[in-house]
Amino acid sequence: MSAFGTRMNRVEDRRLLTSGGVYVDDLRVPELRGAAYVTFVRSPVAHAVITRIDTSRARAHPGVVAVYTATDLTGLPAPQPFGRPAHSGGFFAELLLAGEKVRFVGEPVAVVLTDARYDGRDAAELVDVEYRRLPAVVGPAEALLDETLLFEEAGTNLAGQRDRDTYDDTVFDEADVVVEREIVNHRVACVPMEGRATAAVFDGTRLTVWHSSQNAQRCRSTLAESLGIPSEAIRVIVPDVGGGFGAKIGIDRDAIVVAWAAWRSGRAVRWAESRAENLVAMTQGRAQLNRIKLGGRRDGTITAYRLDVVQDAGAYPRTSTLAPVTCTMAPGVYDIPHVQSGYRVVVTNATPVNKYRGAGRPEATAAIERAVDLFAAEIGMDPAEVRRRNVIAADAFPFRSATGACYDSGEYGAALDRALGAAAYPRLRAEQAARRDSGCVKVLGIGMSVYVEMTGGGGETAKVTVDGKGQATVLTGSSTQGQGHHTAWAMLVEAELGIPVDRITVVHGDTDLIPKAVGTYSSRSLQLGGSAVHKAASDVRSQARRHAAGLLGVRESDVTLDVGSGTWHVADDPGRFLTWGQVADHTGTASICADVEFASDRPTFPFGAHLSAVEVDTETGMVTVLRHVTVDDAGPILNPVLAEGQRHGGIAQGIAQVLFEEVRYDADGTPLNATLADYGAVAAADLPDFELEAGETPTDVNPLGVKGIGEAGTIGSIPAVQNAVIDALAHLGVRHIDMPMTPGRVWAAIREADAERRSPR
Amino acid sequence: MNRISVNVDGTTYEDEVEPRLLLVHYLRDRPALTGTQIGCDTGNCGACTVDLDGASVKSCSVLAVQADGGEVTTLQGLAQDGEWHPLQRSFHERHALQCGYCTPGMIMAARDLLRHNPDPSPEEVRYSLRGNLCRCTGYQNIVQAVLAAAAAPDSVTAPAAGGEQTWP
Repeated sequence: MSAFGTRMNRVEDRRLLTSGGVYVDDLRVPELRGAAYVTFVRSPVAHAVITRIDTSRARAHPGVVAVYTATDLTGLPAPQPFGRPAHSGGFFAELLLAGEKVRFVGEPVAVVLTDARYDGRDAAELVDVEYRRLPAVVGPAEALLDETLLFEEAGTNLAGQRDRDTYDDTVFDEADVVVEREIVNHRVACVPMEGRATAAVFDGTRLTVWHSSQNAQRCRSTLAESLGIPSEAIRVIVPDVGGGFGAKIGIDRDAIVVAWAAWRSGRAVRWAESRAENLVAMTQGRAQLNRIKLGGRRDGTITAYRLDVVQDAGAYPRTSTLAPVTCTMAPGVYDIPHVQSGYRVVVTNATPVNKYRGAGRPEATAAIERAVDLFAAEIGMDPAEVRRRNVIAADAFPFRSATGACYDSGEYGAALDRALGAAAYPRLRAEQAARRDSGCVKVLGIGMSVYVEMTGGGGETAKVTVDGKGQATVLTGSSTQGQGHHTAWAMLVEAELGIPVDRITVVHGDTDLIPKAVGTYSSRSLQLGGSAVHKAASDVRSQARRHAAGLLGVRESDVTLDVGSGTWHVADDPGRFLTWGQVADHTGTASICADVEFASDRPTFPFGAHLSAVEVDTETGMVTVLRHVTVDDAGPILNPVLAEGQRHGGIAQGIAQVLFEEVRYDADGTPLNATLADYGAVAAADLPDFELEAGETPTDVNPLGVKGIGEAGTIGSIPAVQNAVIDALAHLGVRHIDMPMTPGRVWAAIREADAERRSPR
Repeated sequence: MNRISVNVDGTTYEDEVEPRLLLVHYLRDRPALTGTQIGCDTGNCGACTVDLDGASVKSCSVLAVQADGGEVTTLQGLAQDGEWHPLQRSFHERHALQCGYCTPGMIMAARDLLRHNPDPSPEEVRYSLRGNLCRCTGYQNIVQAVLAAAAAPDSVTAPAAGGEQTWP
């Protein structure tokens, strides 16, 4: 029996809907009774030398337990750069607390431990830090000039680069038309509704850390390395997590300091960041400056494409993967003979950048899909037609892309046609023309994208146990931040073993119970975590068959599992049966257990097509998304309820980036919108209902045939909406507008195009 | 310190509190009703929305002393004798929550909307919930859930417990 395609509501809802769940800051466990509150002192300036830190007044404040600065952290192992740095030279290392220099507003300089919550804020105000300001490097273009350096000893702001020396301009020689442009994929904040939160206690032997994270096991290994404590002496527990979106992969410096403070002070400690902290100190996403160059013939054939990436890493390069992934995914869904991509990673005086929903793939997709539209406009061809002529043919899979990715399976042209059909594309174009002809100030724009992305790869662990009561327990290395793992894993186990979902317990996020795991990111859960659960359940089923045969006194081949009733019986004799409990009871250990690791040597490549119809008010620049139609094909869908939820959320975040969200800084590197009052997080009133179309092209990379779907909505929607807004204004001469496409920026583009048309040549 | 008496979800609590104590911290620390979440510092996200004397408030923007003598209802007070509030049921049935962090505030805000407008249009739901941010669901299922609860307002029995881990 397969569970695939079953619409099932979530088992985890009950607790969340009645008690509100238990996130880190909700923990009221005995170990944390009387825990001290941790308050960070953060840099108010973007770039400065710290000339003096005086903590004496803060320490004298009533209720203060301790105040720590960088000098208290000396003696730890050499400061670890977090994640894998983009640069191998070690010049760009990040300390746990800033010592001699601060490099972004929000960088932690000191921590205060207090008995009472509000005393922390009072005492933090009393930590006296003197800064000698340095000029700030704002934005990647400025960083490339190397006029002001963040790391003097490095001699440059360039933290890494690749493949730029292989660019060859002659590949564009055969093109009739070449379009070239710099486009901005701006910096956005991740904004999980639950910010970062950590609690910790050291009992003299072991350090227990509760942390809001996408992977407990990586937290533990990073903590061990950073604090010089053996892994076995650390337990990391991840309770409910209020959203991650990439920013909660592992553990970062602030949370490590919290754990260290518990170890150093001997007090249990707890920390839940404020939103103001979250918006300056949690890693942010995107932040690329991209130069696109696309050449092709007037018949619509694309012959060459180049993507040159400048990745703004923020103050410390915390990841080595964003720009390389963007470069790998550069050609997208198109079969282009010549593709060149390369990158530079630079440091700037801004919050460090790391993974955010899509992490490198939305940037690649936004670039190529924008380039294709520029090309279509230049040759005067319908953008849908240009895409049709260049997508990789359905019979070409597996397809080795020009940048070395092996696309497993795809139906790109069909996905586009399905999206166009569902949206009634010709009718939309007719309405667009009618509005233009009538001189209506509210013009219609139609934008599309066809995308392919890369998800998963690597391994994941699972352990399935069936006990003498006939109940199953799943220990999974793949943890949840709201994706619905409890339901999905229980569905997989029920399908394999016939044990009903309400007798299956799913456990994740505790390194004592699950010491080895990879965690949740890159839309990898179902394809890797789910495959591991499926494999473990199959193994349990095989073992049970052996035991059942022995107990029933027949050959294994004569034993059948009736998945509907969850009983083992003799093949031709349903009257001779054993329950799961009976079989498990007679194994000698009173349980049947399989502990497996599933690994796939290749990632999968989900794909799809989005079509967006927007209305632009030419008098105000206001953009309203009228319709958003998507085909997101991630192979077979286990539970459409969960998959649709992921797609909805993804599309909303994509639209949010295009129209509303941007982290902005002034010339001194001071954030201009570091609260939710200023940062345009998208609200219900800003969005329409989305129209989701099906598509289920399986992969051969894993036994379930599935690909990841968590980031698809974001990747597909960004270029579709951006293209739609520009399309709306194409008749006015507008060819490009950078994101976020705020009313002011759209209005300015209209005015500029207008002025250009009126100016005498 | 100020002495206050507050009825929360049917139980009365008497306490000495600092004048500056926020209602949300009071609710989470004193009766340990941690179902009410904190998502921002500015009253914009709505995760901490509760009902105070029949009015929907963001409890991060109300002082505990302002609730003295008052009656507070939180998400945790909605279900009665195993009977879920219609919004709890419809949020479950329409998959209107993912991580669940915004859900308590979202449900409390939706409850307030339906009290004032028992038959809202989709646009009215979207407009009314603009002060409650959700990062996971894209709002679509939340809007559907509120509309469904408006259409079938009878109180409903909670669904069977699923097998999942409890914390800590």
